[in-house]
This record gives sequence, structure tokens and C-alpha cells, in this order.
Amino acid sequence: MKLTLNVWRQTGPTAPGKMVRYEMPDVNPDMSFLEMLDVLNEGLIQKGDSPIVFEHDCREGICGSCGFMIDGKAHGGFPKTTVCQLHMRHYKDGDELFLEPWRATAFPIVKDLMVNRSAFDRIIQAGGFISVPTGSAVDGNAIAIPKSNSDRAMDAAQCIGCGACVASCPNASASLFTGAKIAHLNLLPQGQPEKLDRALHMVTTMNEEMFGSCTNLRECEATCPKGISIENIAIMNRHFVEASFAHRPTASEAGAG
Amino acid sequence: MDLNPRIPTGPIEKAWDDTKFNMKLVNPANKRKYHVIVVGTGLAGGACAASLGELGYNVTAFCFQDSPRRAHSIAAQGGINAAKNYRNDGDSVYRLFYDTLKGGDFRAREHNVYRLAQVSVNIIDQCVAQGVPFAREYGGTLANRSFGGAQVSRTFYARGQTGQQLLIGAYQALERQVATGQVTMIPRTEMLDLIVIDGKARGIVTRNLITGKMDVHIADAVVLGTGGYGNVFYLSTNAKGSNVTANWRAYKRGAAFANPCYTQIHPTCIPVSGEYQSKLTLMSESLRNDGRIWVPKAQHDKRAPHEIPDSERDYYLERLYPSYGKLSPRDISSRAAKRVCDEGRGVGETGLGVYLDFRDSIQRLGEDTIRERYGNLFEIYDRITGEDPYKSPMRIFPAVHYTMGGLWVDYHLMSTIPGLFVLGEANFSDHGANRLGASALMQGLADGYFVAPYTITNYLAGNKAESVSTDHPEARAALANAEGMTKRLMGIKGKKTVTHFHRELGKTIWDYCGMSRTEAGLKTAIGKIGELKEEFWKNVTVPGSGEDLNQQLENAARVADFIELGELMCIDALDRKESCGGHFREEYQTSEGEAQRDDENYAYVAAWEYKGAGAAPALNKEPLTFDYVKPAQRSYK
Ligand SMILES: Cc1cc2nc3c(=O)[nH]c(=O)nc-3n(C[C@H](O)[C@H](O)[C@H](O)COP(=O)(O)OP(=O)(O)OC[C@H]3O[C@@H](n4cnc5c(N)ncnc54)[C@H](O)[C@@H]3O)c2cc1C
Ligand code: FES
Repeated sequence: MKLTLNVWRQTGPTAPGKMVRYEMPDVNPDMSFLEMLDVLNEGLIQKGDSPIVFEHDCREGICGSCGFMIDGKAHGGFPKTTVCQLHMRHYKDGDELFLEPWRATAFPIVKDLMVNRSAFDRIIQAGGFISVPTGSAVDGNAIAIPKSNSDRAMDAAQCIGCGACVASCPNASASLFTGAKIAHLNLLPQGQPEKLDRALHMVTTMNEEMFGSCTNLRECEATCPKGISIENIAIMNRHFVEASFAHRPTASEAGAG
Repeated sequence: MDLNPRIPTGPIEKAWDDTKFNMKLVNPANKRKYHVIVVGTGLAGGACAASLGELGYNVTAFCFQDSPRRAHSIAAQGGINAAKNYRNDGDSVYRLFYDTLKGGDFRAREHNVYRLAQVSVNIIDQCVAQGVPFAREYGGTLANRSFGGAQVSRTFYARGQTGQQLLIGAYQALERQVATGQVTMIPRTEMLDLIVIDGKARGIVTRNLITGKMDVHIADAVVLGTGGYGNVFYLSTNAKGSNVTANWRAYKRGAAFANPCYTQIHPTCIPVSGEYQSKLTLMSESLRNDGRIWVPKAQHDKRAPHEIPDSERDYYLERLYPSYGKLSPRDISSRAAKRVCDEGRGVGETGLGVYLDFRDSIQRLGEDTIRERYGNLFEIYDRITGEDPYKSPMRIFPAVHYTMGGLWVDYHLMSTIPGLFVLGEANFSDHGANRLGASALMQGLADGYFVAPYTITNYLAGNKAESVSTDHPEARAALANAEGMTKRLMGIKGKKTVTHFHRELGKTIWDYCGMSRTEAGLKTAIGKIGELKEEFWKNVTVPGSGEDLNQQLENAARVADFIELGELMCIDALDRKESCGGHFREEYQTSEGEAQRDDENYAYVAAWEYKGAGAAPALNKEPLTFDYVKPAQRSYK
């Protein structure tokens, strides 16, 4: 089939960008979206042009590297699909598509369709972990966890950190990402000791990183390639409020003797 | 070359404890004076960097992705083994040790494998404590599934995303150390050379992938957790970025490369569909628990699968290997699939495929149970092929998946360069000539959490923290070397793309050094690779410049290294005149077509030593001795 692509080209974070038009005369419906871009790039290189930069690694929908907007929709807007797992059979001959990077203040553009998502790492650094140094664990079966809790934690833990939630949110909020991590850890018994610190610090960092706030538009849930539920945002809010009222930060450990 | 494996003496059950007891320690107050570089933050490197940080060392870690959370480990689906014996089905440390050694076709070092089995139990505990949401039974205890090459149920899993959950656990532990300042994490940066000073690994040269800037980093020890080299085949189940560059550059600086020809072809992958194909997708081996593998009995049978009655189907694995059946190890299952396809009984348009059929289990257990167990894998299959595996069987074919070979390391996981430690898939250590399913995650985490932190401490304790300047002549030479290679690549301005060369290389290696190998074929391959290398350096085209983000340049350097590695793989395969595990030489097979080992002449690790550009590499042999498990012809019948 034939496709026309309009791709955002931008050489660096501060350079001006623009849409560039490319004709794709012969697209195989069994190709993935990224394989189609590979073919386009091979052609550009042959002509001495610079290939389109986009991020990818696993091409299996699990590493979270890939992601851009197709016609204004994160990852193309198909249910539970990353752009690397999107196959061209979903498009028709003659379609014209518009490809743009994630747009969010917290995700500065690096080049073309690639953005900087390191703000996500900093949110995790603020409390997205359980403090258990190597070697200090008890037997795995010493803590029985009801299957339903562990399943719910797993539902939240499936987040791949791609940033589609931020990109699809009109406020560019990172609440689904942050909420999923808080819920994953706070739903488990192992996560209880740091539960309130975690909620307080991660939400504070999320705000400092210039993500917008959540106004319950649910766009994130609709585009999340892992189908993560906004229920997790409710958990985050509950624990954050609890933390703000009840919580006293942990005291310094230094002591005499 | 001195190949001292430093295997402890005394009974194997006590060897690791004794070794740990005899190790030197570093006083807590002195730890921060030592700087350790960790290259690669997948399971192995990430776990190691976090654990070293917790101990108080000053750590700098690198990865080429934008975040450590994206390492290739994330894609592991099926699970991780551990000798917990929670099922009460007869598992033990000794059995896991035995299974792994036998699965590896008796080409691994007994002591390493024993230690791996021993610490496997600690890994599960550690990961549970970190919040890894492993699957659970209704009573709240941990669940298990079975994997190939074992008759006990010892695989722990988190749906079909075990690697993801384990990596996220390690990543979170790592980020905790980043937050405390103990670890400095430098993503989007690639190691391009190793700095060796006075015979010791003292640092690396890196390229910032965004700005193109090259830097020298100095340390007291260097750890590589840089993953496997399956992408030498171009098409593999590895992530697109997985590469051999860090290992290869270390090899060129004196680290021996062991058993490069041991590669694993996984039996259950989605078959290739077209020329544009950029990678292959694995369907986890765990599917074999409930799916049955078959081809039509007749050749070129073009009927739809549901039109073929049971009596005209050949469930060949169950027929050939009745006691392990569809759970036979990977090398055996892959070769069996190749054989039936070679006989003209393969399915699908290309004839390169076999059926993996869930009809019987769906009838027995219901679609819901199957969906709960494998839902995401079925979805992946449907998405890629456009076919619904609940309705018709999956078509699968073997694909390159894992590399058992890697940099040679001793019992301490130290390479032949003192101070250079190698962990995870990047080393050659524990899987011999074939890895069992769910054992790579185990090994990566064993190395990273529980072995390297001890052995690196022992090394550092014997070496005073002495700083060297980034201006040291060796550092400058390494920097100049890396810069020179970039300049050369940019300067060729030829006619063919990097991908073209990578594909060509992959085809050659797959045809001649893939599922089965012959002397003549390997010689042909060496000739072809030599020509390809020459053409690459004359005719590759790399657009753009070296001074900014340039994905083609990154790839060009990786492909240049893959070409050289490909040649070494063929040299190694040619040297090994026996068949073992994933290395199948057609000349050496039993009358039933199984791999025929030659323990008398080939019970050794082949550790190749770089002898300079254009010179033949030198073979060093580490003899393998078996005091606990007597090597036997592997039988899964
Ligand atoms: C599809 C698939 C499914 C699998 N399923 C299973 C399973 O169910 N069970 C199991 O046990 N095993 C499984 N495996 C195997 C297992 O996932 C890998 O062997 C293992 O994860 C490797 O981990 P690692 O830490 O050694 O390397 P990786 O995870 O590959 O990490 C490599 C790291 O090195 C970095 N790096 C590489 N080169 C450089 C460089 N030059 N400079 C800087 N950084 C660099 C990367 O950025 C990355 O951080 C699977 C493999 C695949 C492909
Ligand atoms: S490339 Fe990994 S999720 Fe798309």
C-alpha cells in the first residue's frame, strides 16, 4: 500500500522544528510501524539525507523506549499497543499520517521524535523502591501475600515507563506513571514501612519536575499500552493526603554511644 | 596467557562459603575511597552497581539506553529458576546443579554451577523483599511452573513479564543508590574502549550518544554487565541495541573470549515473514507446558491444521523423547524442528515452521485458564501475525536467542585482565554449551547481587586505591583509538548502509554457524566474512557527523565488531571437532542424530586470545574436570 508520512524533524532541543513530508510507495501490511520507518530511513541514507531519529530497543512492547504521536494519538491510539507492536495492516492504502514527538515541558525534545524522559527516573529516585539492601531478605514464603493483592500490585507494576500517559494528557500530568509505582509498592506488605514517605516524596518530585496536575480526564488510561488503571491515581492521592496530614518525616539516625 | 580459574579446593558444598571466609575485606570507612565502574545496568550490572553502592563503594554506572530500566533483560518472559523445593517435588541445590551441568552438555565448570544453584534461593528472597510481584497461589505462597530440561517445578514467574519485574526491582535498588549519591548513573553513553594500566583494568573510554563527546573515566576496577552477542546473527530475539562492543574492545585489550561458538537457538519463536524484518519475537518456552508441538506426518501437507486428524499428526518431540517430551531442552527441540522441516514437513508459507497447539489444553482446562497463564503471549502472537492462537495453533520456528560464550572469567568472575570483572550473559561462565530455560535471569542476578560484591571487595582489598590521571598515556592512547575509529567510519562515505552489512553477516553466520555446522561450511563462512569485512571498511556509508546524536554511527561501530566476532565464532566452531549442546557439527553425531561429544579431546573451555589485527587468535585451553557429576551421553528419552 501507499502512505504519506509527515514527520517532525528537529535537529536539537533548541533548534526550530518542522514537519517534513515523505511518500512511502510500497508498504507491506505485515511490517511493524518501526520497520516501515527503517525502510524509509534506509532510503534516506542512500540518498545522503539524515535518517529520522526515533527511540526503540526491544521492539516487543516491553522496554518502553519507543513512542511518538501518530495523528495526535500516543502510540497511534490502538488499544494496549506500543508503536513497535503496531502493524501496518491497521492502516489503509492512501492514508496520510502525522508523526510528532511526545509534547510535554517535562520531556524536552532531543532530536526528531526522541525526547528526554529522565524526569521519570528522578521520580523513582524520590521513593519508588523498597529499601532492602542485598542480603537482608527473609525467606520468600515467609510473607504470605493474598493472590488478589499480588495480582493488583502486578497490574500496576506492568508500567513500561514509555511516557504515553504524559503525552496524551492535556495537562501533561505524570499521575498515572507515579500512581502506578506508588500503588505497586504500597499494595504489598513489603512496601508498608515506607508507604507514606514514598507517596509524599514521589508526588512532590513529580510536581517539581514540571508535570501538570491530574484533572481526571482519563486520556492516560485510554492510551496506556499496558492498560494501567486510573484506580492507581486514586491510591496515590489517598496515600498522599494521608501522608500530608499524618506523617512526620523520619528522624535522623545519628546517635550517641 | 595465564588461565588460572582459581577453583577452590575441598568439598563443593562448602567451596563458596570457604572462599568467602578466606576473602579479604575492605574497612567500611575505606570503601568510599574506591571507585568502581559498572558498564551495563541490566540484571547483572544493575544488581551489582546497586549492591556495591549499598556497601559504600563509589560507583559510576553506564548504559546506552536513556534509562537503566530499559536494558534487554526487561524482555525476559518465562521465569527464573531457584532450588527452593517449595513444591516438595524432589528439588534441591544438588539437583539444580546437576540439571544445569547436564543441560549444558558437560561443558561448564562444576564449582561455578554449584555456587549458582546455591545462591539461587537467595535471589528469590531478595526479589520478593524488593516488591517483585511474583505469581502466587491462593494461599498466598509463591507459585511455580516447569521449564525445559527439568522434571521438577522450580521456575518462579511474574506472568509473562518476569524479566521486566526483576529488572524493575534491580533498577529501583539502583535508583535508591543514585538518590543517596553513592552511584552516579550515566545513561545514553557507550563504552568504546578499556583502559589497562600496568596490566590492570583502570578505566574506560565512553562516547556520549547525544553530544558525541568522548571521555576518559578512571577507576580501581571495571565491571562489564553488557549482555550477549546474539545480534551477530542480525535477526535474533535480542533487543535491537544489544551488541558485543564493550566485550570486543576488552578482548582486544587482552581479555580472553571463551567458547564464542556456543550460541542458543530457541525452539519457540515466531517465524520470519519478510525481508524488511528487523527482529524476531520469542514465544516463551513456558508455553510448552500446555501447548503440544506437531507437524503433519505427510510431506508438503497443505491442509489447514484443524483438517488434519490426530492420526496424521506427528507429535515428534513426544515420540522421540517420551520422558521429557515437549519439555526437552532447547538445543534438542530446535534441532528436531529443523529436521522435520528439512524433511519437507514444515508448515506455513515458507515451510519453516511447526505447530504449537493449545487445542487439548483449552479443552481440558478451558480458555480462561489458558488466558490467565499466557494471555499476554497470545496477544503478542495475534498482534504480530494477525492470527488468533485460541482458534488455530501457533506457528513457531527456532531463532537465535542467547549466547553461552562470552569473556572468560575465573571463579571470582574476573577476566584474564586483573580488575576487569564480567557478569551475566557477557561472561561464559555457567551454562556450558547450552543454557536451560529460566537460568539466565538466575545467573545474572547471582553474579550481580551475591557473587561479584564479594569477589570485587576481595580484589580491591588487595589493591591500594591509587589514583591515576585521565591524562595517563594509556588513557590517552585508548581515547585516541576510539576517536580514530569514529573518524575512520565517518570518512569512508561508501555506498552501502550499515544494515546491509549487518544483514549479510547475519545470513552467513546463520547458514554456516547456526543450528548445524560442518567443516566445509565454516571455512566458507570465514572466507565470506573476510570479504565482507574488507568491503565494509571500503564501502559503508554513515551519514551525519561524529559530533552529535548519530544512531547510524553507533550501529556502524557495533557491526564492525560483530563482523570480527563472527569470524572468531567460526574459528572456534571449526576447532571444536565434536558436537555438544548448541554446537552441532554434522560430522559428529550418533546414529540417532544426537550430538556426539568427545570428552577425551574436547572437555575444555576454549579461551581465545587476541594477537593483533590480521593475526590469528591464539587458543588457550582450560581443562574441565568432573568430580561430582560423571559426564554421560545426554538422554531425554
Ligand atoms: C526475548 C527473551 C526472553 C528471555 N526470557 C528469559 C527467561 O524467561 N528466563 C531467563 O532466565 N532468561 C531469559 N532470557 C535471557 C535473559 O533475558 C538475558 O540473558 C539476561 O537478561 C541478560 O542480562 P544481562 O544483565 O547480562 O544483560 P542485558 O540485560 O542485556 O544488559 C546489558 C546492559 O549493558 C549495557 N551495554 C551494553 N553495551 C554497552 C556499552 N558498550 N556501553 C555501555 N553500556 C552497554 C546496556 O545498556 C544494558 O544496560 C530471555 C532473553 C530474550 C531475548
Ligand atoms: S521498542 Fe521497546 S517498547 Fe517499543
